[in-house]
Order: sequence, then structure tokens, then C-alpha cells
Amino acid sequence: MAQTVRLAVNGVARVEEVEPRLLLVHFLRERCGLTGTHVGCDTSQCGACTVLCDGAPVKSCTMLTVQAEGMAITTIEGLAPPGEMHPLQTAFWESHGLQCGFCTPGFIMAASALLAENPDPTDEELGRGLEGNLCRCTGYVNIRRAVHAAAKAIREGSAAPTAVGG
Amino acid sequence: MIPAAFGYSRATSVADAVAQLGSAGPDSKLIAGGQSLLPMMRLRLAQPEHLIDVNGLRELDYITPKDGRLLVGAMTRHATLVRSEVVRRHLPLLSEIASEVGDPQVRSRGTIGGVMAHADAAGDYPTLALMMDATIVTDRRRIPARDFFQHLFTTSLAPDELVCEVDFPVATGAHRYLKFRRRLFDWAIVGVGVQMSDDGWRVGITHAGPTAVRAHAVESALRSGANPKEAAEHATDGLHPTSDVHASSEYRLHLAEVLTRRALEQAA
Repeated sequence: MAQTVRLAVNGVARVEEVEPRLLLVHFLRERCGLTGTHVGCDTSQCGACTVLCDGAPVKSCTMLTVQAEGMAITTIEGLAPPGEMHPLQTAFWESHGLQCGFCTPGFIMAASALLAENPDPTDEELGRGLEGNLCRCTGYVNIRRAVHAAAKAIREGSAAPTAVGG
Repeated sequence: MIPAAFGYSRATSVADAVAQLGSAGPDSKLIAGGQSLLPMMRLRLAQPEHLIDVNGLRELDYITPKDGRLLVGAMTRHATLVRSEVVRRHLPLLSEIASEVGDPQVRSRGTIGGVMAHADAAGDYPTLALMMDATIVTDRRRIPARDFFQHLFTTSLAPDELVCEVDFPVATGAHRYLKFRRRLFDWAIVGVGVQMSDDGWRVGITHAGPTAVRAHAVESALRSGANPKEAAEHATDGLHPTSDVHASSEYRLHLAEVLTRRALEQAA
């Protein structure tokens, strides 16, 4: 039986009727059209579907939409204002923190949660903070480089979002 | 994959959760953090007909030191335990173990009560509960950890019983939890916890059998003056680990001994 769920997605309040078994990731992709959140595995391991629920990183494939009642969800699309890029997005671009790019939204969302709690992580802390995300191109060296660069940019206040296409 | 269809309701109080469990029938289940249950439902290893969501029971989200005990509400999430200054001050081994559960995303959602009730052989908190003689407090009784974990995924909980709290003794002495795994976020292939307490070392072993075990033989060897290496030779006493895709039984026995020695040597 469908349930009513009230939540905010990237700042937009929504009231939706959903089946209890609808996973949050499918709600975001199919109901909200936010396909930046990826489904990379069937076993809650890869982290490609990571979003923020009230600021906490969560694998959206391992949460029911009905459990997001009253929560504010942030996806990769909501990290920066439309047309702009978050410093993490800029850093992943500039440091080439991706190869195929499939895992990138999840890495960026997990990294944003890490940096919110620890603005200047050591390399080990950075690795631990991203342990829930897998990159099968094995591009971890540049991913680490990108997150360190973003952390530095944010700390130094040069974190003004960059205009896309500039 | 998408889970099989199920009914869903939210519990509004502990009494309501128990009443709903009683009336919803044997194929209903509680869902807390869901970090084990939902993956099992997605793989259709579990197909509950009805889920009763206890995430709204914020009254079960607390960390309270009281008379030499540390009382942890069942709905306390791993991330809360990791960040808690109170836990670091009263039972730092719990902080250390919480930080080793899953990954940051899992720790955002998963709860200590859920881990206890799920009773996975590779769960980390059951080891701590057993070695420290913790008590699992439910809606109706207090169950010593040694009576709570009965077998793989099997506890002494009644079908309509709800875990409300884990009651640990305070312990601030030397401690260490070592978890051997292939990737950081994996379950332990084998884990070992050690804690110096008022009556000497407490030692627990994760995933070397259907439930965690307290390594009494190691503890008594240490009380008799054995060094870590000698004491660790007793780590495999009474263990009967199974072989699986991750490790053979022999390898698990080897790990139990090596990790016990290392944990004792590294405890601080």
C-alpha cells in the first residue's frame, strides 16, 4: 500500500505517494529525475549512490524512501547552485579525479561529508573517510589529490563556486 | 535489485513497536538502521511481509554514564558512538570498535541495537558485549550477553521483543580491537578485542564461529603470568570456525592466535 512521504530534495519540498519498497536511489533517479546519483552495485558496497540525508552521507540504495520522511536530501545536483560548481567538482575536474566517472558523484558526496567534519584531513583520514566508495578504474591516487585540493581551496576561502563552461 | 513488496508502519513508542510486532505476525520484522536488513531484502535472502520502522524512537538514542556503567540506547547510531566524548571517556574500546563498523555511510544509519538483534557472526559489538559481560536490556527483561547470542543470526529474543539498551561496564584501561579484512569496509574475517579491566584482561574473538566468543583460556593464561605470545596460543581453545569463500577454518584459527597476540602487544 502506498505511503505518503514528505521530504526536501535539494531544497525543494516534496510530498509523494510511494511504495514502501521504493529505495531512495530509485526515488531520486526515477521520480525526481536526478540521475546524477548512480547505482553501481546490488550489494550496498560501491557507494556510487551516496547522498546526504540531513548532512550525513548515506547509501541511497540502502534506505527506503519512506525512511526519508522529514529529511533534507542533497544529491550531486544540489551541491552547488545551478550553473556553478562546488570546489570538490572543480577539483575533481582539475586533478582528473576520475577515469570513467561512474563513481564520481558518490565520491564527491562522501568527500563533502568528510570535509564538513574534518576540513584538513591527513592522507590516512582521507582514505578512511572515503572507504565506503569504490572506483573500479582504480583512480584513487587522483581522487585523493582532488579531495586534498578541494579541502585546501575551501580552507583558503578561494571556495567561490566556479561557473561551469568558463 | 528491488526488495519483494512488504507492508510498512512506523512505531511511535517502545510499547507500540512491541504491540505491532505481536499483531503483525511471524513474518514481520523491525527495521532500525537497515544496513544489514535492506541488503538482505534486496538479494531476497529476507522477504518480511511487514516492516515496523523504529527509527522514530528517539527515546532510544542516548549515551548515559551511570554508577560505573555506560548505558547505550539501542537506536544510537555508529557515527554517534564514534563522535561521542562520553564514550571515549568511559569505554574507549567502544569508540574504537564503532569506528571500524562498515564505512561512513553505514555508520550514518546503522545502530548498536540493530547489530545486537541481527547477531551476524561477524558483528563487532557482540564481541565487546560478551567479553565485557554487558547486558542487553529489552522492553521486558535484562539478558546477559552470554545468554543473548545463541547461534548464527539467532538470539534469545522473543518474536515480539525489542532491544532497548546495551548496558556496558565502564573500562578505561589498555585496549585494542584488531579486525582482519581484505578491504577497510569489509566484515571481519576474524577480529579480536582486548581490554584491561579491574579483574585482568578481557579477550573476545569475532567471526571464529557462529557467534562471537569470550576467550576465557587466554584470560586465565594472562592472569597466571603468561606473556602475550604464550597466552595467544590458547586463543583457538574451543573454536570451531567454518570455512567460507573468505577464509578456511585453519586460516581463521591462525588469525585468532596471531590477532590475539598482536592486540595484547598493541593495547594502549
